[in-house]
Order: sequence, then C-alpha cells, then structure tokens
Amino acid sequence: MLGNDITIPHLLIFFPLVAGLITFFLKKEAWVKAWSLLTAIITLFVSLASIYYRNNLELSGLTFNYEWLKYMGASFAVSLDGMARLLTFLTAFSFPVIFIATYRNSYKNSKVFYGLMLLSQAGLMGVFLSSDALLFYFFWELALIPVYFLCSRWGGERRIPATFKFFIYTFTGSLLMLIGIIYVYLHTGATQFSDHSFSLQAFHSVLLIPSQQDWLFWLFFIAFAVKMPIFPFHTWQPDIYEQSSAAVTMVLSGVMVKMGLFGIIRWLLPMFPVAVGKFDNVIIWLSVTGMIYASLIALKQDDLKRLVAYSSIAHIGLMCAAIFTTRQMALEGVMIQMFSHGINIIGMWIVIELIEKQLGTRKISELRGLAHKAPVLTIMLVVIALANIALPLTNAFIGEFMMFGGLFKFNMWCAAVAGVSIILAAVYTLNMVQKVFYGEANALTATAREISLNEKIILSVIVMTIFMSGIYPQPFFELTKDTVAAIITKFK
Amino acid sequence: MNNTLQIVWLIPFLPLVGFLINGLGRNNLSKTLTGIIGSGVILASFLISVFVFFSVKSGNTHVAHYFDFINTPSLKVGFDFQTDQLSTLFLLIITGVGFLIHLYSTSYMHEEKPKDFAKYFSFLNLFIFSMLVLVMGGNYIIMFIGWEGVGLCSYLLIGYWFKNNDYNNAAKKAFIMNRVGDLGFLLAVFWLLSKLGTTDYHQVFALVSDPQKKVLSLFDITGITLLLFVGATGKSAQIPLYTWLPDAMAGPTPVSALIHAATMVTAGIYMIARSNILFTMAPATQSVVAIVGLATAILAATIALKQHDIKKVLAYSTVSQLGYMFLGLGVGAYTGAVFHVMTHAFFKALLFLGAGSVIHSMGGEQDIRNMGGLKKYMSITHLTFLLGCLAIAGMPPFSGFFSKDEILAATFAKNPVWWGIGVLGALMTAFYMFRLYAMTFLGKFRGTRDQEHHLHESPAAITFPLIILAILAVTGGWIGIPELFMHGGHRLEAFLEPIFAQSKEMAVKHEISNASEYLLMGISVLGALVALLYAWNKYSRYQKIEGEETGIGKVLAHKWYIDELYDSVIVKPLQLVAAFLSNVIEKNVIDGFVNGVGKAVNYGSRQIRLLQSGQVGTYVLLMVFGILILFIIQLFL
Repeated sequence: MLGNDITIPHLLIFFPLVAGLITFFLKKEAWVKAWSLLTAIITLFVSLASIYYRNNLELSGLTFNYEWLKYMGASFAVSLDGMARLLTFLTAFSFPVIFIATYRNSYKNSKVFYGLMLLSQAGLMGVFLSSDALLFYFFWELALIPVYFLCSRWGGERRIPATFKFFIYTFTGSLLMLIGIIYVYLHTGATQFSDHSFSLQAFHSVLLIPSQQDWLFWLFFIAFAVKMPIFPFHTWQPDIYEQSSAAVTMVLSGVMVKMGLFGIIRWLLPMFPVAVGKFDNVIIWLSVTGMIYASLIALKQDDLKRLVAYSSIAHIGLMCAAIFTTRQMALEGVMIQMFSHGINIIGMWIVIELIEKQLGTRKISELRGLAHKAPVLTIMLVVIALANIALPLTNAFIGEFMMFGGLFKFNMWCAAVAGVSIILAAVYTLNMVQKVFYGEANALTATAREISLNEKIILSVIVMTIFMSGIYPQPFFELTKDTVAAIITKFK
Repeated sequence: MNNTLQIVWLIPFLPLVGFLINGLGRNNLSKTLTGIIGSGVILASFLISVFVFFSVKSGNTHVAHYFDFINTPSLKVGFDFQTDQLSTLFLLIITGVGFLIHLYSTSYMHEEKPKDFAKYFSFLNLFIFSMLVLVMGGNYIIMFIGWEGVGLCSYLLIGYWFKNNDYNNAAKKAFIMNRVGDLGFLLAVFWLLSKLGTTDYHQVFALVSDPQKKVLSLFDITGITLLLFVGATGKSAQIPLYTWLPDAMAGPTPVSALIHAATMVTAGIYMIARSNILFTMAPATQSVVAIVGLATAILAATIALKQHDIKKVLAYSTVSQLGYMFLGLGVGAYTGAVFHVMTHAFFKALLFLGAGSVIHSMGGEQDIRNMGGLKKYMSITHLTFLLGCLAIAGMPPFSGFFSKDEILAATFAKNPVWWGIGVLGALMTAFYMFRLYAMTFLGKFRGTRDQEHHLHESPAAITFPLIILAILAVTGGWIGIPELFMHGGHRLEAFLEPIFAQSKEMAVKHEISNASEYLLMGISVLGALVALLYAWNKYSRYQKIEGEETGIGKVLAHKWYIDELYDSVIVKPLQLVAAFLSNVIEKNVIDGFVNGVGKAVNYGSRQIRLLQSGQVGTYVLLMVFGILILFIIQLFL
C-alpha cells in the first residue's frame, strides 16, 4: 500500500516524526544539531514543493484516505488546502530559522531537546493537515506534549510553575475539545463500516440544533482561545514565554498560537454556523477588549520577553476578532497575518536572544544605547519593530489593514476602539526601541559587540521576508483563496 | 494617454535608489560621494518633475497602474500613480525645495562622520521618496504608504542624534501624535471602502458626486471627511495634535526645513485638496476645518510672540501658517490654500535654512536673546532672511501677500468675524517675525566674546540655496495675482482649474465687491506694516533682561501649558490605568483565579503522582511508539 500513495502531507508529517525519533538515539551534540537542521531544511523543501505543485490534487492528498481505525469511522485522512499549505510552510520555514538562530546554544541532553522539537514539528504539521477529527486531536496533543517537556526541562528558574500553569490551561482546553469532538461524532451519520464518522466532511455537515451548537461552540472555542491565547485565557503565555528557552518560545509564539486560529477556521466556524452568528458580537468585543488590555499592560513591562508576549496577545486578539466577523476581507487578512505574525515574532525573539546571550539581561531598564556598538542589530530590530506596528510596506500592514477593514464592516465602533491599539503599539514599541537602543551606552552595553555573520544572515532573511510580503502580498492571497471562499460560502 | 508621462515612476524611484545606495554603502562611501548621490537623485527627480509639469500643463493627466498591490475578491488596490495638476505642483515643490535642502545639508552636516553623513542623506532621500509616494498615489491606500512613511522618516530624522534622550522623546512624540491622526485617516479609508468598495480617486469622486446615485448619505460623508481631517491635524500639526511640530526642531536644522516646507506638514493640506469634492459636500466638516484652522493660527501666533529659540519661533509660525491653509480649505478657497502651501514652502525653507546659517555661525547657539547685530557679519544670510520675513508678514509684493490675501478674502466672503480673527493673527505674524529678525540681526551683539570671534558668513553651499529661495519667496506670488489687479493674472488658478472645478460648481457662491476687497487688503497690509515697524523699533534696541516672564507673558512663554495639560490629562492617567491593569487585574484577579485552580489540582496530583515513575522522556517516546505500532498493525491487517 505504501509507495504510490505517499503524498506531500505524509512527508510533511512523517519526515520530522521519524527524524525526531532518530534524534533520540544520536550520541554527539554536534551530530544532533546538524541532523536536526538538515532534516528541518529538507522539510522546508517538501513544503515548498507543496506550494509549487499546488494544482496537483494527487500530491496534495485530496484523493487519499487511509483507513486507520476503520470500525470507529476514523481514518488517516490528510489533505492540503490553501490555509494548510500556508501554515505548514510557516512551520517548515520557522524550524530551520530557529535552529540556525540558536545554533550556538548548548543544551543539557541535547538529543532529547532536538528530538522533542522535531516531534512537535510533526505534531504541528499533523494539526494543519488532518481532515479527520480524531487525527486532529491526536496531532494537537502530539504537538503540545513535547512542548510541556521542553518547557519543564529547559529554561529559566521558574519554569516548573510556568509549565504547570501552561499545562493546566491547555490541558483543560484540550479535554473540553475532546468532549466536544465525541459529542459531535455521536451525531454524525453512518459510514460503510461504522455507525459514525470522524471525517472532516462528516463534521462539517453534521446537523446540530441551535441549542446543541450553543454549548458545543464554547467547548471548542475555549480550547482554541486558550491556545491563541485571547483575553482572559492568556496568563499562561507571558510566564511561559519568559521562562522557556529561546527556541521553544519561538515555536510557541511563531507557530503554535496559529493552532488556535487554525482550529477556529477549520473546525469551529463550519460546524456551528448558527452559534457563530449568535456569539460573534461577544467574541469580537472580548477580543477587542483583550487588544486594548494587553497593549496597556505591554506599556508597563520591563522584561523584553514579556513585552513581546503582551504585544502578541494584542495582535492575536485582532486576528480572532477578524475571523468572527466572517467577512471576506477580514479572513483574507487573517490568512496573510498568520504567516506574517509568525515571521515577525520569531525575528523579535532572535534579537532578544542575541541581546540576552551577550549581555545576560532582558531588562529594558538595564539596557541603553546598544545602537553604538551594534548598529546592524539595531537596524534589523527597528525594521522588525516597524513590522510589529504594521507600517505600510511591511508584511503586517497588509493583514492588519484588511482585518481592520473587515472589522469596520462588521461594526465601525468596534474597529474604532480596536484601532486605539495601533496607537498604543507605537507607544510601547518605540519606547522599547528608544530605551534599549538609543541614548548613551551604559557600563553594561559598552561591552556589547556587533552580531556575527550567521546572525546577520538569518535576520536579513527575516527582514527580506518582511519587505517582500509587504510589497507584493499577492501570492499569499492566491494561495489561500480557496479556504477563504469555502468559509464565505458557508456564511452567505 | 501621453507617452511622456510614462516615466513618472522615476520621480520617486530615484530617491529610493539614493536611499539604498547611501544606506547600504554607508561604511564605504566618502562624504563627497554621499553628498553627490544624495543631492543628485533629488535634482534628477526635480528635472523630471519639470518635464512632467510642462506635459501636464498642456492638459495631460495620467493614471499609471504598475502592479496589483492587493487583488482579492474583496479588495482591489492597484499600485497606481496619478499625475495631474495638483500632484505635479507638489512634485515641483517637494523635489525643488528638497534639492536645495539637500545641497545645503552637504555643507551644514559636514562635521558628521562619513558613516553618519551617509545615514543622514539616506534618511533624507527616504523622506523625499515617502512624500513623493504620498502625492503621486492614485488611491488613498498608496497615499497612506507615503503618509506613514513621512511619519517614520520624521521620527528617524528628529531622533538623528540618538544619544540625546530629549531628541528621542521628541521623535517618539512626533511619531505617536501622527499615529493618532493616522488612525483617523485609516478609519476614513475603511468607511469609504465599506460604502464604495474602492479607494481609487477617480472612482471615489465620480461615485460620490453623481447626483443620481447618492451612494453616501450626509452622515457618511461628514463622518468620512471629519476622520480624514483628524488625519490631517496629525500630519499638518493642527489643534489638538500640533504639539509635536515645535518639538521636532530637535533634528538637524535642514531637517526642520524639510519637515516644515517641502514635506510632511503639507501632506494634510494636499490630502484635503485632493479630496476637495468630498469636503465641499460636507459643509459641517468644512466649518470644523475652518474653525480649527483659525484657532490654530491664532493660538500658535500667540505662543510665537514669547519664544526665545530661533527655531521655535519659526516652528510656531509654521503651525500658525498651516492654520491659515486650513482656514482656506475650510472656506472653500482650495486654490488659495495650495497657493499658500507653495509660497510658504519658499519662505519657510528660506527662514529655516537662514536660521541654520545663523546657528552654525553662532556655534550652535539658538537663543535669540544671545544674538543681535548679526547683520554686519552675515550679509547674505541677513538680506535673505529679511526678504523671508517680509514674505511671511504678507507685505506686497512679496509672495506671502498674495496667497494670504486670497485666503483672507475668501474668508471674509464666508464669515467676516473669521476674517477679523484671521487679520489679527496676521498682525501677530508680522510682529513676532520682526521681533525675531530684529533680535537676531539688529542692535548690538549680546553673545560671548568667543562667539563673536567665530561669527562668519556661511559657505556657498549654504548661501546659494538661500539666494534661490529668497528669489522665489519674493517672486513666487506673482503667478497668483488677484483678478482685481490684473485680469487673468491668477495663472495658478487656471492651472489648477481641472482639480477644483467640480467643487467650485457645487459650492455656494459668495462674491465681494472690488471696493471692499481693496479695503480688506488695505486693512490687513496696513495693520501688518504697523505691527512690523513696532516690533522692528522695539526689538532692535533689545537689552537682555534676567528673570522670568510674568502674567500672560508667562502663560505664552510656556505655550499655554498645553504639553502639561496633555501630560496630566492623557499620559499620566494612561500610565495609571496600565499600572493598575498590570499590577492588580492581571496579577491578582486573573492569575489569582488560575493559580487557585492550579493549587487545587496540585494538591490532588501530589496524591496520584506516587503511581508515576517521573521519566518524562520515556512517556513521550512510549506514546509515540504506541501510536506508530497502531498504524503499522493497521497497515498489514
């Protein structure tokens, strides 16, 4: 059966999975790193192939269903649509960038670290590719569980309580979702071999009366809301970002938060259209409140990682609000922004990691005048910071513009309130740039050095991606138009 | 379509190339080369603009589509440049005055290290690029690229000397205040998009002005124009968002000239002039624009009366003059407003560059109380500065007279009270400008011995732009001679006719008789002349007095305490709220709840934990292997 039927989605999942398992048995740290980077790069090429061959249905896995737990109605069904292509590409792009940026970091027991990282990558790929609810749940956990260990075993001093909080939040969410999945499953129609089905089509076409949709909606929504996270389910995030090691933080913030957004678009919206129409106002106002709330808190942060964490909560809040408008323009914006947010926040973390590695601190109050000693680092950071505040011609402008535009169509007051966050974003971002990079150098920052060549290269890649997708975003819209169209037809 | 307009993309592209060369090559280029590249690209853009001007003058206009910026089922935004009379006029101002400022900078910034020199020029080029994109964009979204771009460049250039934290604060303030305005602009664009589905100028204006369709209600159009105006108050420094501009003088003086004359602050005027049809259809907004403009003109003029920093006086005079431009826009004198943008660009660039020449000669001193008598040391700077002062004071036949008179005449036709207030502001303008002039150039030198020894006329790269600008400041108004003096003398109006024709048709006509127009002109000119002479007489004998101002003088010297007001009404409360959310709500309420749950679970799990081995790596490995085995079994069954 194998052979002819191996498609790109399978490669995207199994390649990092197998590579990750092999990593556990490697001996030397140098081998572990080289191996992980190599496999991550190969995965990136597979992902590029998935975009290049986007019109080839067979390679996209659309025609392929491998029976898994036949008598339960679950199958190993994976497929690629535009959104899946985009997010698997984000995953595939992020890992090599992360591995290169943190190549000089050494970890205790590095084979386990890298092995878990690759397993998590496989899990993420699976989440984005599954078209079977049980499989989706399985990969959801496969992506998360390695991260629990990555957070609890490597990182800052208070990593255990932080991980514990993270675990409680996400695990509660996952359980609620599992209950939801089982309930919906029991309402699906029969297949040839089983009474019910876990397939995506079955879930999308399941008939639920409005009162059922109402509470099922919240089971799923909370799971996804925790993962994004949006206010008030967010307090695990600053702690875990602060405490975990840089590579893990990058995976969490760059890629993993997209699981929640993805889950809403792929599963929640099509399953419960009635409930979405009923609760959209609540969710959108919650998200908008969260945007302002997180932006205000970001004003007060002294730790660079916490600052970025809160800024990210604000950005994700906008994406969540945009999704629930179910307006075409907003959804198109969400698609490109899911990618852009990942790139920009990883860029941020790389800069912060470089500063911390050199100077041993992330405290804004202890840093000053870095621009004197590290002008290239400063230029890179300023560009990433400008992308963070969505300046035109950077990648984030396109997405934010369209999301705000969609939000305005939904409710203009809502857009006006949410718009205040773009002012606040400028305030906290420029404050940070000013305090860390401008002014006279102090005793600590006088010892700073310019970044090295490989760091310059990796940051240049980020910066170029920022500009390229900001100046010519059209490929992103082309790639994801099928997903957007599918959602829009459901809500017309 | 006209082939000669095919090359308009070069106009912004060349400064962008200059930015890239100087920016990327900053460690390798010599200062001479940097200066030649930086100024050369702007000169080339200027020459192309002149070429385009003649093409447009003969009636050609042109919208060029380069590529689809955004093209989705919901939103189509072309990367389009529109070349017509209005944009061409701005192109000439931006690149022409911009070039002179670049040239001036090669000398003014010469003490910088080559690396910083290149950085400076690359930012300057980027500034011009952004402004060109702003005026050339064929829709509001491309305009917004330039709109935020100039905000960014002003941030970079005001904070150019980034070691000084006050300068950095000024830069940040400029950016954030502009962002407040930008939000208004964005919301207006969203409003347009949600009602019309497009932001292309020609489509928007065609749709809106079509009397059959009525696509926008009065509420919509008033809302849209008010929001656009909020955007304009940020960029063009009007109440309530004007306070960044006086602080923006923290940047190098040529940058101030660039911000105040050729780029940035004129953006708001351009945007409203571009959207004139929308504004004409919203009379309520027009009144708001006029009143805010007038109030800003007066407020800034009163503050300028008591400032001692040469650049600060000029900065407040810009705010005040911009107020006049908005007054013009508000009363429907679109041509007058654009005319004043042009003449103001000439004399304000001249005055700032002259001030720079003075500061240079004074070894960095900016306080006019320590100047005086510079006339005999710096004859070219002195003469050109005097001409600039006469122009801004509205003395005939200098350029400022014609443009200001046109605005005031239109204001009188609309509302005589507004005219009265406007004239009062004009008198103050004449007063504070000649106070500035007299304290700087007349009387006895009041600085230190060292400074006096150092006084000198500036080199040619500085005086040449001054001379050119002085000529323009004197003669620039002659292209807009009122009908009163010369039939067909207002050639600018004829040139801009196609842009404003539709608004003119729609607007309510107000006519004033020739006799009253002469009278009004006479009153304002005579008043200004009296104020001018009074200031001249009073401040040429200025003696330094120690001690603070008292009474109203103190209030004016402290700029009506507006910064302090904003600080206590907006900044401090915001910080308090942020601190409250961060320290109380986030830590205690939300996290408190979660940690409570966590503790309970912790207690329970401590009991159960005894069953587990605790080898986490093993768990994952086993789990994944387990799943794999499941797959493999299924595979072979």
